[in-house]
Amino acid sequence: MNQPASNAGVVPAQPGMAGLFWAVMKRDLMLAFRRRSDLLNPLVFFLMVASLFPLGISPEPTFLEQIAPGVVWVGALLATLLSMDSLFRSDFDDGTLEQTLLSPQPLFLVVLAKVLAHWAMTGLPLTLMAPLLGVMLFLPTEGMSGLVLSLLLGTPTLSLVGAIGAALTVGLRKGGVLISLLVLPLYIPVLIFGAGAVQAAVTGLPLGGYLSLLGAMLALGVALAPLAIAAALRISVSG
Amino acid sequence: MSFDNFSDFLAMGGHGLYVWLSYGIALVIVAINLVEPLMARKQLITDLVRRLRRESSN
Amino acid sequence: MAEKKSWLPRWFYQLASPRWCYEFMGRLLPWFGVGTLFLLVAGTLWSLVYAPADYQQGNSFRIIYIHVPAAILAQSCYMLMAIAGAIGLIWKMKVADMVAKSCAPIGATIAILALATGAIWGKPTWGAWWVWDARLTSMLVLLFLYLGVIALHSAMESDTTASQATSVLALVGLVNIPIIKYSVDWWNTLHQPATFTLTEKPAMPTEMWLPLLVMVIGFYCFFAVSLMLRVRNEILRRERRASWVRALLDKV
Repeated sequence: MNQPASNAGVVPAQPGMAGLFWAVMKRDLMLAFRRRSDLLNPLVFFLMVASLFPLGISPEPTFLEQIAPGVVWVGALLATLLSMDSLFRSDFDDGTLEQTLLSPQPLFLVVLAKVLAHWAMTGLPLTLMAPLLGVMLFLPTEGMSGLVLSLLLGTPTLSLVGAIGAALTVGLRKGGVLISLLVLPLYIPVLIFGAGAVQAAVTGLPLGGYLSLLGAMLALGVALAPLAIAAALRISVSG
Repeated sequence: MSFDNFSDFLAMGGHGLYVWLSYGIALVIVAINLVEPLMARKQLITDLVRRLRRESSN
Repeated sequence: MAEKKSWLPRWFYQLASPRWCYEFMGRLLPWFGVGTLFLLVAGTLWSLVYAPADYQQGNSFRIIYIHVPAAILAQSCYMLMAIAGAIGLIWKMKVADMVAKSCAPIGATIAILALATGAIWGKPTWGAWWVWDARLTSMLVLLFLYLGVIALHSAMESDTTASQATSVLALVGLVNIPIIKYSVDWWNTLHQPATFTLTEKPAMPTEMWLPLLVMVIGFYCFFAVSLMLRVRNEILRRERRASWVRALLDKV
């Protein structure tokens, strides 16, 4: 018989670091897939923002071509921001977050896995959808590689930095607008180098420098942001 | 002295508006930062004293 | 626990006592007040009346005596806010939290002053009220960071939680400031290569930078006065249940 009582003295097998990481990621991805509309919303928003610019400014191809790198990047940035609020919200509401903080597992890793899962559900689809928007805005074909590569390196940084804002505001009822206020100034370097990379790709300049800078920011973000997120979560949950 | 008379001083070589506007804004912002905490202190002390009286009268 | 020798000096622990801080600041305030008054009045007179006009920009150059001290102060104020926040986070020091909280509104207004004077100075120099100059843009971002800190603080109800959360935000901002500054500088050179910057002058003569020095020190003194006034208010408000505050209020 396999009675629960017989397990009392047995220490359950501790999952390794990698096991923990994948378990958290798998859980978050599964939860995300169960709510498909939440998955689609940032993408729809991205598409709508990009289509507002021709309507608002001018449908002239030569003009749109010029602003396309900036518009696509700003759209991706805002779409990421929009999805940020939900990162810790449901975990906070149902108490999972508190349990996670109490558990002996390293919070750094849990947080990193959650952000990575979040990026896979928002940043990655946005990156894949970006060429479509590039075509809509008459971005020259030479710019596409720069667009996709810069978004691929830049959106994880956006998710990491945005998660700091999400963690700081998770305990507040009206966190959504506040996140934008806290996080947007911190997004400026990513925006500058991301849009710069696309601009360079369009004009045929080498991309390496921009991509390395975006990569450096990503590396810094992976190393430091989880610390800030973990600290912010502890503060938000205890307060 | 870089100015011969007072009207030259006010005109600032044609840049009077810019110079005086800058110094004026500076004065306002410095004054706000000093007056605001002083007023807040007055308000706070009145509040705290009232609260103290209410508590001691009970 | 009891016999553990600390590497921190005695005054550091005294700073942890709100009462000691309140009284100490009360003793410092008159000195700094007189210093501020003297330095700012002398500096203003010196910069407006005695300093020579710039051979290129004429008398509009006199705005530098407001703009540069404000810009320097806005940056140091952010630094102080982040460091005080870190001390509050690490040692749970209440006074450090109050200092961090009090820095934000002063820093934000001073950043506005730096931006406004920069814009006003831009009109006669560049012919436009606003130019996306690297320094002005960095200052604008700094103002945004201040506004974020203020917004986060006011959104939270509990004083301790708000202080801790804003400290984390201020520290994240502190790490980001060099990156933002670098990226904005780089972005600026890409977009407008031929502008000359507001403040970089090849070797300023002594009669020009001496009043500037006086103004910078005067602005720091003003900052100290404003900060101490605010911190003293915060101490009174948060320690209102302490017996020494009650004794103090009884005398009023």
